[in-house]
Amino acid sequence: MDRRDFLKLSAATVGAATVSGTAGAQTLPDWIPNPFGPMPPQWYDGDVKQVYSYCENCFWKCGIQVSVEGGKVRKVDGYAANPKSRGMLCPRGQGAPTQTYDPDRLKRPLIRIEGTERGEGQYREATWDEAFDYIAEKMFKIRDEYGTEATAWFGHGTGDKWFASYLPGAWGSPNAAKPSVSLCTGPRETASQYTFGRGISGHEQIDWAETDYILLIGHHIGEDTHNTQLQDFSLALKRGAKLVVVDPRFSTAAAKAKDWLPIKPGTDTALLLAFMNVLIEENLYDPEYIEKYTLGFEQLANHVTQYTPEWAAEITDIPASTIRRIVREMGEHAPRAVIPVGRHVVWYGNDTQRNRALYLVNALLGNYGKPGGYYFCDAPLVEEYPHPELPLAPSSGGCGGTTTEVEAESPFRDSVDRGLFYGTATAVQEMIPPMITGEPYPIKGLFSYGVNLFHSIPMVERTKEALRNLDLYVAIDVLPMEHVMWADVILPEATYLERYDDLLLQSYKEPFIAARFPAVEAMYDTKPGWWIAKELGNKLGLGEFFPWEDMEDYLDTRLRSIGSNLEEMRTQGTIVRRGRPYFEDYERFNRNPLGTPSGKIELYSERFAAAGHNPMPVYTPPMDVPEGHYRLLYGRSPMHTFARTHNNAVLMDQMSENEVWISTHEAETLGIHQGEYIWVEGEDGTREGPVKARVTERIRNDCIYMVHGFGHKAPLMRLANGRGASDTHLQSRYTLDPISGGAGLRNNFVRLVPGAPHPHHPPIKDMVADRSPV
Amino acid sequence: MTRYAMAIDLAACVGCSACSVACTMENDVPVGNHRLWIRNTEIGTFPNLTVEFRPEQCLHCENPPCVPVCPTGCCFVTDEGIVDIDSKKCIACGACIAACPYDARSMHPDGYVTKCDFCKHRLEEGKLPACVETCPTLCRSFGDLDDPNSAVSVAIRTADRVDVLRPEQGTGPNLYYLNAPASFGLTTTVGQVGTEEGAH
Repeated sequence: MDRRDFLKLSAATVGAATVSGTAGAQTLPDWIPNPFGPMPPQWYDGDVKQVYSYCENCFWKCGIQVSVEGGKVRKVDGYAANPKSRGMLCPRGQGAPTQTYDPDRLKRPLIRIEGTERGEGQYREATWDEAFDYIAEKMFKIRDEYGTEATAWFGHGTGDKWFASYLPGAWGSPNAAKPSVSLCTGPRETASQYTFGRGISGHEQIDWAETDYILLIGHHIGEDTHNTQLQDFSLALKRGAKLVVVDPRFSTAAAKAKDWLPIKPGTDTALLLAFMNVLIEENLYDPEYIEKYTLGFEQLANHVTQYTPEWAAEITDIPASTIRRIVREMGEHAPRAVIPVGRHVVWYGNDTQRNRALYLVNALLGNYGKPGGYYFCDAPLVEEYPHPELPLAPSSGGCGGTTTEVEAESPFRDSVDRGLFYGTATAVQEMIPPMITGEPYPIKGLFSYGVNLFHSIPMVERTKEALRNLDLYVAIDVLPMEHVMWADVILPEATYLERYDDLLLQSYKEPFIAARFPAVEAMYDTKPGWWIAKELGNKLGLGEFFPWEDMEDYLDTRLRSIGSNLEEMRTQGTIVRRGRPYFEDYERFNRNPLGTPSGKIELYSERFAAAGHNPMPVYTPPMDVPEGHYRLLYGRSPMHTFARTHNNAVLMDQMSENEVWISTHEAETLGIHQGEYIWVEGEDGTREGPVKARVTERIRNDCIYMVHGFGHKAPLMRLANGRGASDTHLQSRYTLDPISGGAGLRNNFVRLVPGAPHPHHPPIKDMVADRSPV
Repeated sequence: MTRYAMAIDLAACVGCSACSVACTMENDVPVGNHRLWIRNTEIGTFPNLTVEFRPEQCLHCENPPCVPVCPTGCCFVTDEGIVDIDSKKCIACGACIAACPYDARSMHPDGYVTKCDFCKHRLEEGKLPACVETCPTLCRSFGDLDDPNSAVSVAIRTADRVDVLRPEQGTGPNLYYLNAPASFGLTTTVGQVGTEEGAH
C-alpha cells in the first residue's frame, strides 16, 4: 500500500481523531513505524549534471543552466555569466522542462491521409525518409511547373535560420518571411534604418543603467517580461529614475509610474510631434548635439511649429499643460532622458512614421549614442561554416535584420512583395494573397517552422483559404497546433532542451556568443531543426550546401574561427565581448557609427521624400471606433509567450485563460458583470468566446484589451484547447504600413455580448492527472 | 544565532510569477498546489490608480499557529526560525492548514502537508531560496535578521515603509513587505489565488 492509498483509507478516522487534539504539540513516539515508508528522494539530492544553453521559451534568449538528474531535465536556472540573464529567469524560462515532457507533443512524422482535406486532421505515421521523399517529390513538381520561387518559407525561432533563410536561399526562393518583422518590429527597424542608418536589434538598446528619466509609450515592461530588460528597468527605478507611462490601459508599468497618461488609442504620433514642438520652442534641446550629429533640424523646427500642445491635447485627451510639464522634465534630465522604442509596433498602418517621430524626440533629447539614452551595439563576428555561395541571398530579415533598398537584378524572380516596401521580403501577410490569386505569380508550396499561422497572421479565414489552394504544405513544430494539423506533412521537432542549435550571436551592451547544448536526448522520434534541414536538403539535391557532418562539426568549426572550440564552449556556455556603446567609442578611432547616406541622424529624410513618403513624420488619425464597438487592444502576459506556451501545464496552472478587460463604465452600460463569460464579436462575422469579462478601472471607455495567444482551437493540445479567446481570430482586417510592410492590427473593432455559457473547463491539475501520451 | 527572514519590495514586484514557477520546479510542487502565489489588487478609480502585486507564501512566523495544533509533531520550528514540516510524520489531518491565517499550507496529492521552507536544502549549500535567486525585478531579499548587514536587514532598514500581513493575528511574521503602494498599507485579503480567479 502506498502513502496515497493508505491515506484514503485512514483519512476519515485518523483525521477526525487528531483534529481535536490541538491542545499542544505532540510527537509521534519513535516506536510507531512510519506507515508510509521513506519519502521519495528529491531530485536535487541525486546526481545532478549541469548543461549550458540559451532559453527559447520566448525570444529574449537568456543564457541558462539546465539541471539534469536521472536522465530528466529537472530545473532551468539563469546563467550568472550570461549578460542576458545574470542568473535570473522569468516564469516561462523556469517552466520550460514541462514542455519537453508534455504528453501532447508531436512524436513522429505524419503524412496526411490521401483523400482527406486539409484541416480534417487525418494522418498516418511515416518514417523520416518517407516524409522527406514525399516532400521532395512535391517540391520538384512545383519547381518544374511554377519555379523555385513558388515555395514560401515562414519561420520563427532560432531554427528559422534553416527554414526561413538558409534553405530558401539554397533552393532559390525569395519568398521567405518571419512574423517577427511585419507582424512585430518591422516598422521600428525601417524607421531606425532611415533615421540612424542602423537597426535596433533583437533587444532594445536602451542604456537603462545610466538613464534618469523614462517615458514609455505603448511599451509593456513587466508584461512581456524580457528578463534583463525587466531587471534593468527595476534597478533604474530603484536608483530613482522617473517613470512616465503613456497608455490607454493602466499597464503593469503604469503601476510603477509617477504619471500615467491615458492617451486616446492611435494618437501617439500627435503627442510625439507636440513633444518636439515644446523641445524646440522652449530651447530644451542641446544645440551642440544637433549641430554635430543631425541633419535637417531647420526643416523639422519649421515642420513642428504647427503641432502645439493645445493641438495635441484635442487629439490625444492629454491636457496641454501636462504635455508641457512632461517635456520640460525630459528636457531637464536630457540627455539622460529616454523614450524606449517598443517591440510589437504594428498598430495603425502609420507605424514607420510614428517610430520615426519617437526617434526624433530622442534625437532632440540628444540621447542617441550617449549615456542614459540609446547605446550602439553590434553582433559579435563569428565566421560561417565554409559552404558554397547560396544561389539567392537569404531575404527574410528578422527582428534586428537588415533593411535594404530594392536590390539589383538577380536570376530569380523578385519576391511577391518586392518593390512595395522599404525592406527585404519580410511582409509575411503579403505572401498569403498570391496563394489564393496567383498574383503576381502563384505560390504553391509552404513551409511553416514554429510560426503559428492562425495566431499571428490576421484574417485567419483568408489564411485557411490560402492553405487549401497549396500543392504542398509542410509544418515543422513541437506541438499539434491547429495550423500544424492542416499540413500535408508534419515534421516533429525536438525541444530546445533536447537539441543543438546554431550559435546565438547577440548584439548587446556587452555583445556575446552563447551556445545551446542538448541537456537530454530527444524524446520519441523527434529531430532537431538543423538535422531536418540537412536531410531535407540532401533529398532536394542541395547536399553541397550542407557540408558539415553534424552540428558538433558545424559549431566547432565556427567557434574555431574565433579561437575557441566546442569543448571549451561546453564548459563555458557564453563568451562575452566588449561593446562600443557610445559615440565616443567610435570617435576615438575616427569612425562614425551612423550608416545613413549623410552620416548623420536624418531628421529630414531625403530618401523618404524621393520615394513620395513624408520626409518628416505627420499625424494620421486612426480609424474611428464604430458606434457600439470597442477598439481591440491586445498584449502579453508574463506567464506566456505568443501562442506557444498554452499547453505547458505549469504555466497554464499560473494562467489558464485570458480575460476581456472592459471599463467599469462600459460594463455597466452593457450589463456585463465581473467574471461573467461573454462573447466577443468582430466586424466580419468573427466571434470568440466564451471568455471571461474583467471589469476594471484600468482601461479607457473606447477600447477593450485581452492577452494574446489564448483561444486555441486544437483538440490535440488538451490543456490549451478552447480556453479563452483569440485576438488574432478577431483581426479580420489590417492597415498596411506602406513604408515597412507592417500589418497594423489595431484598427479592428469588436462588440461585447453578455450571456455566453460558462465553459466549465476542468482544472488544469485534473487534466494533468488524466493525461497520458497518445 | 541565525534568524532567517525574507523581504519583498512591492515597489519593484510586477507579479510576473517567476518566483512561483521557480518554486514549483525546484521543489517538484505538483500542478494545482502552490507554495507561493501572486495576488494582484487594483486600487482606486480611473485615472487615479495603482496595483498591488503581492507574492504570498509561508511567513515563517515567530508564533506560528500551525505548530501547536499538529498532533504528531511533524510541524516544528528550526533553530534558524524556519517553520518546517517533517513530511514523514505527517498524517495529513489538515489541522495546520486550518490553523494558518495566511492559507500558506496545502495538501500534497501524496498525502502530506506542504509549504514554503525557504528552500532549506539550498540554504544548506549556501544558495538563496529559488524564488529570490530567479526574480527578474530583484524585489526579494533574504538573509539573517540578526546580522545587520544581511541583505534582508539592509532592505528593511532602508525601506520607506515596512508591513507584515495581518499583524492583528500576533503571529510575528518573518516575511516583510516593503514599500506597499497604497497609502494605507497592504490590502487585507489574504490566501491562495487560483487561476480560476485569474491572477492576470
